[in-house]
Amino acid sequence: MKSVLAALLFALAGSAGWAADRVPRPALGAARGEQCVAEPAFMRRNHMDLLKHQRDETVHRGVRDPRASLKGCIDCHASAETGSVAAAKTDFCVSCHSYAAVKVDCFECHASKPAGKTMAIAR
Amino acid sequence: MNRTHLYYLLLALGGAVTLAGLGAAHVMDEHGHAITGMTNQVVWGLPHVFAIFLIVAASGVLNVASVGSVFGDPVYKPRSRLSGLLCLALLAGGLMVLMLDLGRPDRVIVAATHYNFKSVFAWNVFLYSGMFAIVALYLWTMFERRHAVHTKAVGVAALVWRFVLTTGTGSIFGFLVARQAYQSALLAPLFIVLSFAWGLAVFLVAQSVMYAWNGHVLPETVRRRLARLLGVFVGGGLYLVAVYHLTNLYFARQGAFEAFILRDGGVYPWLFWAGYVVAGALLPMLLVLHPRLGRPRCVMAASLLVIAGAFALLYVFIIGGQAYPLDIFPGYAVTSSFADGAIETYRPSWPELLLGLGGVGAAFVLTTIGVHVLDFLPRDDESVGVKA
Amino acid sequence: MNTGDTEARNDDASGAREALAGRRAFLGIAAAGAGGALLAPGIHLIEVAQAAAPAGAAQGANPKVRWGLLIDTTKCASGCNECVTACQTENGLGTGTSPTDPQWIRKVEIKEIKTGRTASLPVMCQHCAEPPCVDVCPTGASFKRADGIVLVDRHICIGCRYCMMACPYKARSFVHEPLADQKPDVPRGKGCVESCTLCVHRVDRGGQPACVEACAKAGHHAMLFGDLNDPASEIAQRVRQVATTQLRADLAVDPGVRYAGL
Repeated sequence: MKSVLAALLFALAGSAGWAADRVPRPALGAARGEQCVAEPAFMRRNHMDLLKHQRDETVHRGVRDPRASLKGCIDCHASAETGSVAAAKTDFCVSCHSYAAVKVDCFECHASKPAGKTMAIAR
Repeated sequence: MNRTHLYYLLLALGGAVTLAGLGAAHVMDEHGHAITGMTNQVVWGLPHVFAIFLIVAASGVLNVASVGSVFGDPVYKPRSRLSGLLCLALLAGGLMVLMLDLGRPDRVIVAATHYNFKSVFAWNVFLYSGMFAIVALYLWTMFERRHAVHTKAVGVAALVWRFVLTTGTGSIFGFLVARQAYQSALLAPLFIVLSFAWGLAVFLVAQSVMYAWNGHVLPETVRRRLARLLGVFVGGGLYLVAVYHLTNLYFARQGAFEAFILRDGGVYPWLFWAGYVVAGALLPMLLVLHPRLGRPRCVMAASLLVIAGAFALLYVFIIGGQAYPLDIFPGYAVTSSFADGAIETYRPSWPELLLGLGGVGAAFVLTTIGVHVLDFLPRDDESVGVKA
Repeated sequence: MNTGDTEARNDDASGAREALAGRRAFLGIAAAGAGGALLAPGIHLIEVAQAAAPAGAAQGANPKVRWGLLIDTTKCASGCNECVTACQTENGLGTGTSPTDPQWIRKVEIKEIKTGRTASLPVMCQHCAEPPCVDVCPTGASFKRADGIVLVDRHICIGCRYCMMACPYKARSFVHEPLADQKPDVPRGKGCVESCTLCVHRVDRGGQPACVEACAKAGHHAMLFGDLNDPASEIAQRVRQVATTQLRADLAVDPGVRYAGL
């Protein structure tokens, strides 16, 4: 009886693991341009450190490295449909971040669309 | 109603007020400060009035303990514990209001990890947190018999820390060179003396209420001494406020500002003269110093008036000081789309009031729990008349 | 005393010393290895960052430069708002003028009380050399860049508004509402303090602030931007020739904005 119960539980757990699509997997659309700043695997792990290290350089010292520019990221990675990296659940930044449940508050201040696609006036 | 019922009722009331304050802070965070009365002209509103009262009173309420431990006065020594608890509770309430009124309260960690040591505000972050630690240590020496030998040393440290902290609080305003209401070295000592008065007033109210609810009786001699001390402190505060304004009146360039605060500014002169000078200073002094008065009800009334007067003074000082425009072009009449040269009409809003009251509620809850759970109530039969 | 024993003890001692030396060496190598393992990703990041930087970007703000403005109030018309509109458009500020709306630059009409003489001039962040706002900021978010531009680092601004209390010129605004559709060059958000950036995003590309450009385009030429430290620049030459004042010069905060004709 116990072994049957155990077997049932294992089967349930196993199938739950395989049917793990309650949370949509990140669906990263193709980006414009040829090569990103670095290898995708590296970027996946380290993009937050690059951004955070670079922002102090840019803001306080005025060093504007074009390859570490958030605007640069957005220019290439903005989705074709929404024109943004953070508007819809399938957009570049939001899709991975909602999957990993890591909140980003970059776009409270930063524009999530490339230049030219935002309204002229904020209100 | 027995003690336990009263305790839970008080907790419920205080908790409700605190929750209302937290709710108000949440709404402010969601919608931004646009829903408050604060603007680009009056940037610090009602929450700051509450927060600064709580913080200054927190510093001053520890006076009772200081006189007890540092100077060994037998009347004050049994009150040291309650004084320490009130200090922690008021400080917690004041800081809660201050931190929740930030534009980005989620960044309090940033405030704790990034310091610009030229800023007296940064020093205050450090001083306020350190105050918690020192008073906690102070209370520990009072509660733990083996460590009672250290009470005096920690008491001295707390006294010095308190002076630096309150000087810092006054200097937040005193260092503002551009504002006619501030820019004065007198503000730091003014805040110190005001802290003595406000802290003692809060202590007297708390002590009287606790005694009444616990069936204790405050000895007449003790009450008279404390009441007279309150009178002295209130007088000292009034003196410094008078000097501040008289000096300002002497400077031609401050004339228009003083006319605004003392005569023409509408609600501000009312609050200053009726709220602070008469109700918050002269009347309490009369109540406690007049030989025919000085009864328990007089002392309670005087303390409550002092607290009300404190709010009136802080409202005039903080908000009136901002409502009056900056003098960027001396000798010129100025107009612009940004309210240059115009006196701002500040209307306090419900979220601000609730947030401020929430801080008071938090202090109340902490005090109630403390007194209920640990032995904070003063016991007068012990050491009155006996030199400690 | 048995020499054999001493020898044995010496052997033991030297053996122990050798063992100790061996352990120390091992610990040293292990520590070095652990340190290397910890540092390597960081070094790699720096490599990536530096390898990626093209020639000009690594220099940043030049401390030899001091950016400034010269405003000729005699050329400033009372009804003209070109500079203000340009700033609003460039920075995505919106056109509202309610008490909670941000205004990075505003036109001020002044009238001398005793004589009745009037003037009109734009007032913005004065980019002081000794900024009171920088002194009072508890986190260091309000800061002065090496080239004299005073900015707010909104990553560390906690929104305490102390800098707004400290500014003698009412230059700073607080963002009272949630924002959307910010300009990509000008990130700004609710709960932080902001002020005129001298269009730092344009200046770093070799351009001029939007207000100066708009004033010139409208034909008024009341605003001049340039390097106050460069004796050959137009602004430096003009301030040497013409009488100019700084607002609230008595405060000695040394603004980088100068006014002629006041």
